[in-house]
Amino acid sequence: MSKINRRSFIKIAGGATAVGAIGFPVIAAAGGKKQVVIVGGGTAGATAAKYIRRADASVEVTLIEPNKHYYTCYLSNEVLGGNRELDSLKFGYDGLRKHGVTVVHDLVTAIDAKGRKVTTKGGKSFSYDRCIVAPGISFRDDIEGYDAAAAEKFPHAWKAGPQTALLRKQLEAMPDGGTVVIAPPPNPFRCPPGPYERACQIAHYLKNHKPKSKILILDKKDKFSKMGLFTQAWERHYPGMIEWKKAADTGGGIMRVDAKAGTVSTDFDDMKVAVANIIPAQKAGTIAETAGLTNDTGWCPVTGKTFESTIHKGIHVIGDAAIQKPLPKSGYAANSEAKVVAAAVVDLVNGREPGTPSWVNTCYSVVAPDDGISVAMVYNLVDGKVAKVKGSGGLTPMDSSPADRKREVQYAYSWFNNITDDIFN
Amino acid sequence: MLKKYTLGVMFCSGLLFGSSQLLAAPTAVMLGDSCAGCHGTDGASVGPASPSIAGLSEIYFTDTMMAFKNGDRPGTIMGRIAKGYTEEEIKLMAGFFASKPITITQQKLDATKVSAGEKLYTKNCSKCHDENGSLADDDAGILASQWLPYMEYSMVDFKAGTTEMPKKMKKKVNALSDAEIGSLLHYFASQQ
Repeated sequence: MSKINRRSFIKIAGGATAVGAIGFPVIAAAGGKKQVVIVGGGTAGATAAKYIRRADASVEVTLIEPNKHYYTCYLSNEVLGGNRELDSLKFGYDGLRKHGVTVVHDLVTAIDAKGRKVTTKGGKSFSYDRCIVAPGISFRDDIEGYDAAAAEKFPHAWKAGPQTALLRKQLEAMPDGGTVVIAPPPNPFRCPPGPYERACQIAHYLKNHKPKSKILILDKKDKFSKMGLFTQAWERHYPGMIEWKKAADTGGGIMRVDAKAGTVSTDFDDMKVAVANIIPAQKAGTIAETAGLTNDTGWCPVTGKTFESTIHKGIHVIGDAAIQKPLPKSGYAANSEAKVVAAAVVDLVNGREPGTPSWVNTCYSVVAPDDGISVAMVYNLVDGKVAKVKGSGGLTPMDSSPADRKREVQYAYSWFNNITDDIFN
Repeated sequence: MLKKYTLGVMFCSGLLFGSSQLLAAPTAVMLGDSCAGCHGTDGASVGPASPSIAGLSEIYFTDTMMAFKNGDRPGTIMGRIAKGYTEEEIKLMAGFFASKPITITQQKLDATKVSAGEKLYTKNCSKCHDENGSLADDDAGILASQWLPYMEYSMVDFKAGTTEMPKKMKKKVNALSDAEIGSLLHYFASQQ
């Protein structure tokens, strides 16, 4: 026994039981601690780290994240509206350390699925029994001329932090009577209601400070999330201020930008506007692609039950990077997926079959200071796939009372406080 | 030939049935953890408005969730979510949250209202909301240290008649002024 190291023991044990009827190798309890490496410390990755430690404190969890702080994308539109400071969205990793998570600030550059090893830019390597990859999103090159320099001129503000601050600064600097262009991306993308809540929040700021200004939304789509409710909110709170043009009306929305000339262009028009918020098309975060976890959609295919990659065994992909439909690419879904996967990973490293999953999503949009709307859904596993529980969920009713809309804002803030506490504390 | 075909169909439908219908219910922890995004880790809400659900009695939790599910209790979002769970799952959640300690909150409260509320509490509420609203066995919710906005919303719904009050409570509530009810809620919220 002493001559068999842990890795070869696992191979032997795994080999002996083969893959078995239940579809994963049963690893007998070997000496040494079980290792889980988590790539990415956003909503999904940080939640998974904490919940693995809560379920089984004997599992060693290493979370690798380049940034010392995380800014939530959710509620960042309120920074643009002027009702929230960027610092209120900023979270550190001391809370996770308190749970016994080893937090390493470094960038993962490679994942060796066969050798079960993660390598970083800083030259370190980490062995794992199970790896969880939660890299969020990266941008596609779907808009000609939209490079890093162009993002400084036409901020996307789709990863919160300096980009959010930059867009806010541009709004503060623009003259009254100017036009703000918002260019929402094609599906699928992070936070489907986000661009339209953003239109509300920017309109709220303009209405109070620059009332002659306009917002022009040049979409890559012909419809969008919570469309009826947003359209109602635009008419109710910001009449005449917001114009939405579907893709079919503009030949596909913004196609080109020229940062030097300061123009954004559709196939028909070159426009010079006061502020342009260009949100490019999206795909899984860079490391997912480097590690070969993506398919030709640019996102990561996973199983329904444990979100294990269908390309590389032993690696689970959660959050926005995963193909998790019908779950949306939202903060709540990422938190929910992370908990299901944390439980599954604890079962797997202990040689147990993972239990039955259950997911939930709730997504609030604050469309005016006292007007909140939401969408919710409960999900279960049907025939190995994530499915919506029939009869559950849905939208805030179009005719809900002003009192209920006011409560939804308070529940939105409660959601923010509770979910961030659940993730980082 | 026909016999073989029938057997084949039976076998296949058996498999399908096995995969989609006979899954065990999720564990209580799996279900309870999924509520944390709005109600806090282990049901201990950090506020400002979503109620803490830690330490609720199983009966109160189940009754409340079933009322949301059946549309008997109004809510902004809870009805939509409650409809996603079976009664069995709701009971599992009830067990999970009943096992958690009740949440102590720190809220900005009006000291005058708190002290006025104390007297009103003893006279009007203490029989059913024993130990300052902290006793789960009352099956009447946990009011002690509960988030003030949530209790205010609940009283608005009770007074509007959209949520039904128990007979005794209705009699008491109808005899109290809005200011008195406000004081009572500050008193409950102040419990440490």
